[in-house]
Amino acid sequence: MAKQATETEKAVEFSEAGQKELQALLARYPDKRAALLMVLHLAQREFGWISQDVMKYIAEQLELPYGDVYDAVSFYTMFHTRPPGKYHLQVCHTLSCALRGAHQICQHIEEKLGIKEGEVTPDGKFSFVKVECLGSCGTAPVVQINEDYHENMTVEKLEQFLKTLK
Amino acid sequence: MFEPVLTKDIQIPESQEIDYYLSRGGYEAFQKVIKSMTPDEVIEEVKASNLRGRGGAGFPTGMKWNFVPKNTDKPHYMVNNADESEPGTFKDRLLLNGNPHLVLEGTMIGAFAIRANVAYIYIRGEFAREARIMEKAIAQAYEKGFLGKNILGTGYDLDVYVHRGAGAYICGEETGLLESLEGKRGWPRIKPPFPALEGLFRCPTIVNNVETLSCVPLIINRGADWFKSIGPERSPGPKLFCLSGQVKNPGVFELPMGTNLKEIIYEHGGGLLNGKGLKAVIPGGSSVPILRPEEIDVSMDFDSLAQIGSMLGSAGIIVMDEGTCLVDALLNIAHFYRHESCGQCTPCREGTYWAEQVLRKIEHGQASEKDIDMLEEMARHINFRTICPLGDAAAMPIMSFLKKFRDEFVQHVRAGACPLNSQL
Repeated sequence: MAKQATETEKAVEFSEAGQKELQALLARYPDKRAALLMVLHLAQREFGWISQDVMKYIAEQLELPYGDVYDAVSFYTMFHTRPPGKYHLQVCHTLSCALRGAHQICQHIEEKLGIKEGEVTPDGKFSFVKVECLGSCGTAPVVQINEDYHENMTVEKLEQFLKTLK
Repeated sequence: MFEPVLTKDIQIPESQEIDYYLSRGGYEAFQKVIKSMTPDEVIEEVKASNLRGRGGAGFPTGMKWNFVPKNTDKPHYMVNNADESEPGTFKDRLLLNGNPHLVLEGTMIGAFAIRANVAYIYIRGEFAREARIMEKAIAQAYEKGFLGKNILGTGYDLDVYVHRGAGAYICGEETGLLESLEGKRGWPRIKPPFPALEGLFRCPTIVNNVETLSCVPLIINRGADWFKSIGPERSPGPKLFCLSGQVKNPGVFELPMGTNLKEIIYEHGGGLLNGKGLKAVIPGGSSVPILRPEEIDVSMDFDSLAQIGSMLGSAGIIVMDEGTCLVDALLNIAHFYRHESCGQCTPCREGTYWAEQVLRKIEHGQASEKDIDMLEEMARHINFRTICPLGDAAAMPIMSFLKKFRDEFVQHVRAGACPLNSQL
């Protein structure tokens, strides 16, 4: 147990660039709590997901109760509380995308990757979730893969794109 | 002939660059304002233009700015609401991508008008690319000396920052947004006090939509009379209409406010996909009352749509063809509002959950006609009974779909299945 704790402590610390960015983010607001969402985005970029240890670390950095950090992490959908796949497929299934075939896209992903919504492939390469309106209804259906939007999606296009991912 | 002004240059790759923007007269309005106008003169000009908020409510922008107290020792804040998330709406994303300096200049003029020295641009978390574009635009504006201390020797100080959301529709509601900007969950606040008096960090704050603020530099450059001459005088200006659903050419169209809805769908949008017939249109984002085909010969402006019992909202036009199951479409919308309810008020938290359950039963033919009545009653019990308008946004589609397309719901119940075998 003791060994594990040491390892965790060692792991959860922003890189030098991350530390710098943290300071720059804090300077944007009159109080530290206001920087929380931006710092969580930074943390997710640095650590890949927001573990309890990451939340504790951020609570210390922002001088906040752990509960305040947990509250935000649990409220917003974009913070991962367990590791997502290397490629996180987010399929918009709200009305405009649904009218243009989002259902078929979802079905295809489930069949192709052998996972259900909310799951990660055993090799950790892909994860798949359905998301609410991504604000790109004119180019529906839309799939967001990590940070990038892929618009006017078709089963064929998606198939081709997935093949290019290493 | 109307010429697009907000989106004129967005197809040009350099349109994100400040040098390009400057070569097109960019930041002239901001310079004019800080060098030769008082904040009150700016407010008067915007008031005279009859600019109304493009986020959905259509509130007069100049009047809103005027609510900020003139004599406080508290700092003031300007917030640009780029949390675009109403289903069917995708206009602000276009501006952030293709005309970031116009968005920024509008924010800066707004900040000056309400005597703010700090402005935030709150961008929904999913718009990661747009956040990077705005960060770059801001950095360029600092380099040119348009931001920072004592801007161009005028004595005016202004800092602008990007703040990213993290996936929550409710943060588009202005007080939910402010909570989120303070690092909390986006739970809307009870009003009053209104943000103009007590907003961000309990200080006077104005929250305006991206498109609204993007109109401001144009009003300063070309004058309130020019703006008022476009479209209906009481709700004028250039307007971004978002067209999606089963149309041939979906997309954003910049047209005069008050353009006819039928013209937008059939001329600009090229009509329906595969030559199908029209079943229904949602004119202003998924929360506004739906229209039947015989109702679409209407002017797209705040007052005309209100007159026929709907709303311009965010001008998110969603077109549905004759093959669409409206029960399934409503189920999709109900699912959205259930998912996005912040959970603070009981009528919304519980009501959106049960509405989705009942709709699922109806769609799958497992409901009785009594359930349809119950659904309607539930919507009435959500409407106007919550702190923020998300409750109304969830209730309005239910009430209007049932009012205008009740037959389809009854058919599902009687057939014991979805007659269209819909899969949305």
